[in-house]
Amino acid sequence: MTAPVVVTGLGIAAPNGLGTRAYWAATRAGKSGIGRVTRFTPDRYPARLAGEIPGFVPEEHLPSRLLPQTDRMTQLALVAADWALGDAGIRPQDIPAFDMGVITASFSGGFEFGQGELANLWSKGSQYVSAYQSFAWFYAVNSGQISIRNGMKGPSGVVVADQAGGLDAVAQARRQIRKGTALVVSGAIDATICPWGWVALQTSNRLSDSGEPSLAYRPFDEGARGHVPGEGGAILVLESVEAARARRARVYGEIAGYGATFDPRPGSGREPALRAAIEVALADAGVAPAEVDVVFADAAAEPHLDRVEAEALTAVFGPRGVPVTAPKTMTGRLYSGAAPLDLAAAFLAMEEGLIPPTVNVDLAAEYELDLVVAAPRPAELRTALVVARGHGGFNSAMLVRSDQGAGARPDHE
Amino acid sequence: MAEQFTLTDLMQILREAAGADEGVDLEADILDTSFEDLGYDSLALLEAGSRIEREYAVTLGDSTMTDVPTPRALLDVVNANLTPA
Repeated sequence: MTAPVVVTGLGIAAPNGLGTRAYWAATRAGKSGIGRVTRFTPDRYPARLAGEIPGFVPEEHLPSRLLPQTDRMTQLALVAADWALGDAGIRPQDIPAFDMGVITASFSGGFEFGQGELANLWSKGSQYVSAYQSFAWFYAVNSGQISIRNGMKGPSGVVVADQAGGLDAVAQARRQIRKGTALVVSGAIDATICPWGWVALQTSNRLSDSGEPSLAYRPFDEGARGHVPGEGGAILVLESVEAARARRARVYGEIAGYGATFDPRPGSGREPALRAAIEVALADAGVAPAEVDVVFADAAAEPHLDRVEAEALTAVFGPRGVPVTAPKTMTGRLYSGAAPLDLAAAFLAMEEGLIPPTVNVDLAAEYELDLVVAAPRPAELRTALVVARGHGGFNSAMLVRSDQGAGARPDHE
Repeated sequence: MAEQFTLTDLMQILREAAGADEGVDLEADILDTSFEDLGYDSLALLEAGSRIEREYAVTLGDSTMTDVPTPRALLDVVNANLTPA
């Protein structure tokens, strides 16, 4: 039996809460962070709503050496990583550099930084382009900067698979810990709410054109009309259960199972592969469908994709067989940051015994889901499944187990 | 164009280009302190170099910024370019 890998630290930056405490206080109460775009004037774009993180002042958190060389998403990721390490009680300088890795996901890279430098290139000339453009807009830059700031030289990398990548990165982190790395910083933060990023997002044809925050992002609703983009995500500290036990760390829970699949070619007539991803994750965890206590849905809010997800969940768990929720209705879709944030929400939900609600949704009659709408639902939660899909056919699912389920408490010995 | 490129000018450009290391006192006598000890890596110097080239209309060449070890050495190179013999 492979040794469990557990989560010991969370760092959260979300539109409805900066920091774990603020995020959970808002999320458990159904408080949304979606509103009209303020970072630029959105009037001339089809989509004008976003989940923006309010009140983040990078100068308050980061040294001035890092500010000229980092995009907003990297600044958020560095701060979230600091918080996650602090939450875990880890002082990186006390741990050998090669025993710590950084594996994050990315969806877009540093768009706002890149926009500024491309503007410099075409309006002033190449000598005005920042030398830091060489890495500031890379997919891998969050992993690189977290690695440099914290002196982490173990196995590191980046995974790019839209929303699914957020789970794929955590799975990759688990793999490296099983191979012997003591600690991996994982998760993801994306932030692309700038004109260039916004134009790129429009090309998916999956953004809601509603101007009304309460109507714009309604997965599994008859009024589903696309999603609202958001920024942020979560950074997680992962360790082997032995390492966590040895230092008597607080354990949120275990990364117990993971499955990833790729959809068949469009028009093939074959079943979408989401159900298989869920089944693989449950089998990997050794958990039966009846033992899953809550599902955090991908919640695309495209009627076709909602149907695929509802049918997959019904096929695995039976009609209304498990409570399903989508707290991302309060943040918008965060791309690679979405699933790590759902993992964090799952741990916090298990800790409190409370399923956070899906807001603004009236469940369409065609879906046989037990969707937790409007109000949070108290429940004893020992396991949670997080589902994430990426544009182009990526499906990932991850099963997490609470501290009790993981047997990770020192007093269990 | 400035007549002379001073340590004050250089430090201002470095701060704008790359910030300042928290553990370093840039107000101290640092003319002969290495850029490495001041907390500036090669990329920070490259970025500062391109700003110096723009603001002082000099050409430093690709290797100058990575070859000069200290503020004094850099000031000498820039000022030599400002006042060609």
